[in-house]
Amino acid sequence: MSESPPTTPRTPPRFSATFDPYTIAQIQRAAATGIYDIRGGGAKRALPHFDDLLFLGASMSRYPLEGYREKCGTEVVLGARFASKPITLRTPVTIAGMSFGALSGPAKEALGRGASAVGTSTTTGDGGMTVEERGHSKTLVYQYLPSRYGMNPDDLRKADAIEVVVGQGAKPGGGGMLLGQKISARVAAMRDLPEGIDQRSACRHPDWTGPDDLEIKIGELREITDWEKPIYVKIGASRPYYDTALAAKAGADVVVVDGMQGGTAATQEVFIENVGIPTLACIRQAVQALQDLGLHRKVQLIVSGGIRTGADVAKALALGADAVAIGTAALIALGDNNPALEDEYRKLGTTAGAYDDWQDGRDPAGITTQDPELASRLDPVKAGHRLANYLSVLTLEAQTIARACGKSHVHNLEPEDLVALTIEAAAMARVPLAGTDWIPGHPGTSF
Amino acid sequence: MPVVDLAVSRVRELNKALHQLPRNTNETHWTVQNPAGQHSIAVGIDAPIEVMIEGHVGYYCAGMNKDAQITISGNAGVGLAENMMSGVVRLAGDASQAAGATGRGGLLIIEGNASARCGISMKGIDIVVKGSIGPMSAFMAQTGNLVVLGDAGEALGDSIYEARLFVRGEVKSLGADCEEKPLGSEERAILAGLLDRAGVDVPADSFRLFGSARRLYHFHVDNAY
Ligand SMILES: Cc1cc2nc3c(=O)[nH]c(=O)nc-3n(C[C@H](O)[C@H](O)[C@H](O)COP(=O)(O)O)c2cc1C
Repeated sequence: MSESPPTTPRTPPRFSATFDPYTIAQIQRAAATGIYDIRGGGAKRALPHFDDLLFLGASMSRYPLEGYREKCGTEVVLGARFASKPITLRTPVTIAGMSFGALSGPAKEALGRGASAVGTSTTTGDGGMTVEERGHSKTLVYQYLPSRYGMNPDDLRKADAIEVVVGQGAKPGGGGMLLGQKISARVAAMRDLPEGIDQRSACRHPDWTGPDDLEIKIGELREITDWEKPIYVKIGASRPYYDTALAAKAGADVVVVDGMQGGTAATQEVFIENVGIPTLACIRQAVQALQDLGLHRKVQLIVSGGIRTGADVAKALALGADAVAIGTAALIALGDNNPALEDEYRKLGTTAGAYDDWQDGRDPAGITTQDPELASRLDPVKAGHRLANYLSVLTLEAQTIARACGKSHVHNLEPEDLVALTIEAAAMARVPLAGTDWIPGHPGTSF
Repeated sequence: MPVVDLAVSRVRELNKALHQLPRNTNETHWTVQNPAGQHSIAVGIDAPIEVMIEGHVGYYCAGMNKDAQITISGNAGVGLAENMMSGVVRLAGDASQAAGATGRGGLLIIEGNASARCGISMKGIDIVVKGSIGPMSAFMAQTGNLVVLGDAGEALGDSIYEARLFVRGEVKSLGADCEEKPLGSEERAILAGLLDRAGVDVPADSFRLFGSARRLYHFHVDNAY
């Protein structure tokens, strides 16, 4: 019996960490098409995030509250600094601005229904206010964007608050995009644009430049609406300390800071993944800016970008935010990326959980589309109900954590309740690395 | 004939009084004295009244105007008649940047010159400037008509959509996707009507027309990767 020759050990095929399969596919795609990739959603890469923080909970020296019975407030008042009619929300979770155009009519209606059911606000978007949206939203924030699509004083007067959009976390420094597939006759008419063109929204406001002008612009909006409405300023997170300080100085009642995980309806992938800073990195800076001006809690801070759970809500509040806003999670609650639609996602070359072609108008869930057939698939009543459920869960979860930390209002959560799992998160959130008293970059703490 | 002296009253009081007017008010002739360059004078009016402002105004005068006829005897700061919906705003002097920005209707007449970004993002407004306009005017202009009797600065009509730009003097340069177009009979009639309303007696044929080359209308991209 002859022995079989010894096989030479071989190494398995090895993928490069630099030229990993996804990167190679990107190069191949670019080489084949000659155009950059546009998609929806926010940054998909792993980033330091709320998952890297933990609550300490009550112990010997802290007294918890009884889980269900003891009161733990969640209401929040926004805009009391200058507005004669500030708004009061029952939960600190608001719905972020998403345009009619990017979203279908039924999706906008569902957002209004869901938010109103739990006593929170919705927000218009780049494309103006629709009657459905106004009609179904108890509290509606009207965005004032660089494009000024559909802007008119009647809608301004109908709004409950006004949000001056300077930037978005997914694309600080970039304007909006709405591709031709989604510029239906109605969308075109609302925006004064030709039907079917690939539309790009301005990235700068047309009639003001810089914070001194913004102060005068805010003054004009207040004059037009007789100083009734809260005025928010929304910024994409890049230099949150200075931007928050300048927005507050310009007279904002509320500052909205949107981190780089924040969703978008359509932006270049290279922009989404490479411009801006993570949500976790901007909260303490924004809070610090308000504290330095003596305005923390007087000017409210709303944080957005990757909020998914009540734990995320509680962590954002503990770091000093007054409220949060959600976009992507709200769309998922309505029915986006539903596994029941897997066959249709496959036909689009994707899979449930990864679908992000929100720019392209073929959304099988009927949410990010203007196609009447697709849009009619979304039942606004049922979808609104799902959103209301989800918002209730976020609120209950945040309350659960707050009670465990002994707080009778979610706003009583504080950085002292938190520790970080990683050095990066500890540095960004300015809370100690778990098991140590070390806050990297913070003098007077030690490893 | 209410007279509001802004040396005595605050702009806020003036605007509030104007906003409280019912559309069928008898108080149809308002005079505003001593504006002294203050901002946001006579903004957000929603009534067919006449307002005479005696002097110079700051930013955003007549902003978002609906139906009112507002006349300003002096010069105006940034964003004159921004986002105007309807009505007529007439300025005797010169206007700063972004005059008529994003305007959606109505007529803005500037007797003097207008600075940079005149008619930026305009959405249906008609603007007649008897003097010259500065650079980057009609940037991203969507619809409406801009008529300039003098010269236009650099990058006129950059990224323009469907607005019409009529210029009688020199154009320093055109912005991306803006090109000269033939002045057809339809455009000539629109122009003649605007010249007439602005009280200008010059032949429509002495203007050149500029508009969109429509080469930026599509990104030429397969969007579903
Ligand atoms: C489909 C879609 C459309 C959006 N449209 C707008 C818009 O019109 N104006 C705006 O300021 N932000 C817009 N955003 C950003 C949201 O307001 C918000 O900043 C972001 O979604 C928050 O992050 P999240 O998606 O991780 O919750 C949009 C986001 C999405 C997902």
